[in-house]
Amino acid sequence: MKKIVVNGKTQEIEEAISVLDLIKINKVLQPEMVSVQLNQVFVNREDFKTSLVDNGDEIDFLYFMGGGSF
Amino acid sequence: MDFTEDQIERYSRHILLEDVGVEGQEKIANGKVLIIGAGGLGAPVALYLAAAGVGTIGIVDGDVVDLSNLQRQVIHFTADVNKPKVLSAKEKIHLINPDVKVVVHQEFLTASNALDIIKDYDFIVDGTDNFPVKFLINDACVFAGKPFSHGGILRFEGQTMTHVPGSACYRCLFNSPPPPNAVPTCSQAGVLGAIAGMLGTIQAAEALKYLTGVGELLTNRLLVFNAKTMDFRKITTKKNENCPICGNRPVVKELVDYEQAYCELKSKH
Repeated sequence: MKKIVVNGKTQEIEEAISVLDLIKINKVLQPEMVSVQLNQVFVNREDFKTSLVDNGDEIDFLYFMGGGSF
Repeated sequence: MDFTEDQIERYSRHILLEDVGVEGQEKIANGKVLIIGAGGLGAPVALYLAAAGVGTIGIVDGDVVDLSNLQRQVIHFTADVNKPKVLSAKEKIHLINPDVKVVVHQEFLTASNALDIIKDYDFIVDGTDNFPVKFLINDACVFAGKPFSHGGILRFEGQTMTHVPGSACYRCLFNSPPPPNAVPTCSQAGVLGAIAGMLGTIQAAEALKYLTGVGELLTNRLLVFNAKTMDFRKITTKKNENCPICGNRPVVKELVDYEQAYCELKSKH
């Protein structure tokens, strides 16, 4: 098993996995809206399929949050 | 600037702070902060900055107080319903602290007025509830080289970051506005009122830290929290070389009213 850190929490994966698949596994709501940072570098949306997350990687999902005025 | 005896007493708890002192309080008194949106976030920001003695507070909001605002927009009272938010906020600021000069901008921020409005201020606070204006604030501040605090709340969660020239901007994290209605706002999905206070006071603290130069700003970090679990997390970020406004090949070269752009796009179909 390989260990990665997703949003600050350790998660185990069997083998390297694409960002897109990791989004699916983590049931990210509205994947088309999420920003992804892999080892503190932002991943272009068009690279979600090809960017691999492997042992020791840290990945963050960043969500839009509006709210405030009304 | 010489403080009167009353002012020394009023600000004594700031002055007692080794990092602030009389000098820091002077910086606060000379500071000019613009609050965009006198709502859930803008309300606590305005109250704390007024109490802190920020010399000039500008408020931008074209809306009037609605009964449904009062659950969290603590600067507006029941008697203020239907009153312009900027005027309601101005009254409370003066009741808290008559030292503060309040500049009201009774209008919404747009691509055509944004640069002109922000130019007179040292620090900008984004207290808006919608993405078109959040991106507009980011773009205007990046173009004008102004520092600002981004804040967003939804349901039980909040997020905030501070931008200063050279640090990651909002677009470094979130490339472009989501399509209308793709991401719910508080008016659609609700928000626990106290969350607005939690986040707004963080933004107020950032503004005061910026003015006094105390501590480390929330730059290159996105603070996110969930009040259900009271988990707070800081996501370290950095400038994104593909950022559409401050990256290597910027494509955003002027301010855009996204809301209007969407409407125009819609009407073409």
